[in-house]
Amino acid sequence: MSDINPALETFAQEVDELLTAMEDALLVLEATPDDVDCINSIFRAMHTIKGSAGLFGFDEVVAFTHEAETLLDKVRNNEHLIDAQLIAVLLACKDHTAQIIQHVLSNEDEPLPIALQQQSEALITQLTGTSPVAKNMTSTQENKADHVEVDVNTSDSSDNWIISLAFKQNALRNGMDPLSFIRYLQTLGKIIDVIVSMPTSLRMEEMEPEDCFLNFKIVFNSRADKKTIEEVFEFAEDDCNIIILPPHSRQEHYLQLLEHFPEDQLKRLGEMLIEIGALTEKELDCVLKEQGSDHNAIIKPVGEMLIAKNILQQPVIVQALIKQEAIKQKINKEANYIRVDAAKLGYLINLVGELVISDAAIRLIVDKHGLSDVNNVVGAMSHLVEEIRDTALQLRMVQIGETFTRFQRVVHDVSKELGKQIQLQITGGEAELDKTIVEKINDPLTHLIRNSLDHGIETPEERIQAGKPEKGIIQLNAYHDSGHIVIQISDDGKGIDSEKIVAKAISKGLVKPDQILSQTEIYNLIFEPGLSTKEEASNLSGRGVGMDVVKRNIEALRGSVSVDSELGLGTTVTIYLPLTLAIIDGFMVEAQKERYIIPLNMVEECVEMNSTEWKIDHVQHYVNLRGQVLPYLRLGDFFHNNKKHQATQRESLVVVRFGEEKAGFVVDELHGENQTVIKPLGMLFENLKGIGGATVLGSGDVALILDVQGLIQYAKKRVSPTLALSMTD
Amino acid sequence: MTVKVSHDGTVQLAIHDEMTIYNAHSLKEMFLDHCHSGAQELQIDLSAVTEIDSAGVQLLLLLKLEAQKRGFILRLLRHSEAVIEVFELLKLSIYFGDPIVIHANWK
Repeated sequence: MSDINPALETFAQEVDELLTAMEDALLVLEATPDDVDCINSIFRAMHTIKGSAGLFGFDEVVAFTHEAETLLDKVRNNEHLIDAQLIAVLLACKDHTAQIIQHVLSNEDEPLPIALQQQSEALITQLTGTSPVAKNMTSTQENKADHVEVDVNTSDSSDNWIISLAFKQNALRNGMDPLSFIRYLQTLGKIIDVIVSMPTSLRMEEMEPEDCFLNFKIVFNSRADKKTIEEVFEFAEDDCNIIILPPHSRQEHYLQLLEHFPEDQLKRLGEMLIEIGALTEKELDCVLKEQGSDHNAIIKPVGEMLIAKNILQQPVIVQALIKQEAIKQKINKEANYIRVDAAKLGYLINLVGELVISDAAIRLIVDKHGLSDVNNVVGAMSHLVEEIRDTALQLRMVQIGETFTRFQRVVHDVSKELGKQIQLQITGGEAELDKTIVEKINDPLTHLIRNSLDHGIETPEERIQAGKPEKGIIQLNAYHDSGHIVIQISDDGKGIDSEKIVAKAISKGLVKPDQILSQTEIYNLIFEPGLSTKEEASNLSGRGVGMDVVKRNIEALRGSVSVDSELGLGTTVTIYLPLTLAIIDGFMVEAQKERYIIPLNMVEECVEMNSTEWKIDHVQHYVNLRGQVLPYLRLGDFFHNNKKHQATQRESLVVVRFGEEKAGFVVDELHGENQTVIKPLGMLFENLKGIGGATVLGSGDVALILDVQGLIQYAKKRVSPTLALSMTD
Repeated sequence: MTVKVSHDGTVQLAIHDEMTIYNAHSLKEMFLDHCHSGAQELQIDLSAVTEIDSAGVQLLLLLKLEAQKRGFILRLLRHSEAVIEVFELLKLSIYFGDPIVIHANWK
């Protein structure tokens, strides 16, 4: 895939977007089957993929999408009903299209594997076979065809061209014979009716027989296009006003052409109409000339003139104007976005990181040498660097909503498979976080949602018995909290049976039978490897691999996951994730001559570690902070076990918070805020406890970034279980 | 061109010529004469019309208009093949309302 050329890459990306749009539309259609926009969106997806695939010569893709497109076109024209069955087939088509495109992209010259070919055929038969054409529709069409238009003044509802010829007075003298044109017209089609009219005020006495007063209205049935018909009267155009009004069916044809009008370039109304054949260049020239010659202050728009002059019917003009507007908007929208290679963006962020470090180095030197006049300049530059940093990071931020909406499909498919009725509610989709995190959170989220679907929500019968609405609800919510994004997956299902979990954990030897566990600890057991309460593994979940992987994946992103549940009422899984993995605002502290960074948004407060003010328990390691029991951790002792701290030193207590949990870190010195560029630790240090990464300081020294969450856990564990144990002892 | 005047106020006019722009003027003059003659019915025998063009059609249409205005009856008789062809083309037979006899040896 690496040597794929850029055009193909764009194609793959476009296909991906189109298919996603198609899926979304299909799911919406399920609820509102006659949403025209959705039908159009689905059609457009298939149509565009077919076209693009054709460009690259992917015949298999073209062949398959063609069938889908044909069917969808019928749906659009109300010739085919859309129902749940068809939506299911189309969803399968969407998946299949993705598969074959995947195949042709990676093995360009090889034919499709047999399995895919068979799937193609199966789907095509489903597409073409199940076509209960709404019969009353075609019959009215036939009626229309039979119905000969008599009144030429009302041009709609007719399937014929209306040609108006108004010959000028000198036409006959100039050698024109209107009859010959009409005769010639017959070679192109069938003349249904002709109305010949003359001015009624004309009296024989006054008229010059060589003058021409004849007007013809010809009802003409032909498959020829407008240009060909116009050419019949080519020689007469100087002596005759010719108006050719397309038939109703043509009008539909024009509307259809307008629908598919290429959206790559903004064109003027006249140009668009000429391109689809609704207008000929002569007609346009004529109208434009008139528009130009009109010296009144108000110039009529071309569209209005075309309708007024009876050259085109209103619906065509209206449609063309709508399309023009749509193209305008699309072009504007496209102009607002630039596709950027993610690698380039990553490089930029790296550079910004280096810039931040250099900035710190400069400030350090300025401080060291006491260059007060440089100070202002450096201050201004630092401010700019900070802004560059924020902007650069913002570039990588994406809304989580798109990831969320993908789960609509998962919920749709799985709930069908399980025979459950489940609705997915999404809130907070506009919360933003780093793209790399979004990508990595997808798998854990899928797993958690499948869990809710499979284990959480009960079958409709069970739900009714439990006095709940038949339809289960899964909620996906996201919001920002202290520099983190919080993602919650909650369901109103049966909840987690803590007794079952404990029993299972005991049987697996994860906990001792006599161990006393808090509710949270019990729920956290489900993240242990090899624990699943589902008696039988289904093909979705319950094989006991998963929750531990989910936890590991999330922790790899410096995030955390927790579960809360109420038996019979539902379960909520809460995921905490950092907003970014690149640069953060840090708070620098020092302990035992070593510098540490605490993410600033986790710092609650800093107080003096004063044993007389706070009742410090040196054995259990907790302080009584204004009546609150707060476990604490001496960072120096934690990271330098061999050195013992001297009690004489003046110490500070940094209170940190992660989610609901708090703890205090005891440090020797506070250095204040610091822009921290997170550098991942090498493989060697990956498993170090309490450290999330490292950063380079302006002085060139390395400072360690604390894994606050891990340290809080450690501090708490040291306090409560030992407390509990010492009491039971 | 022959003119037959009956006693019951019917004027029959047989055109033994083409009806084109070339003789439109003389045709008009003649038609006009008969309009003024005060006849109740003007019958025009078209059997010998070898050719008819737009100018000719225009004259016939005008004559019909004139007949309506002046209140006499215009009857077109024994249409020639050339006339029938044009009347078919322009769907004029209904407008004039005269029976058209198509000969057995119609080509």
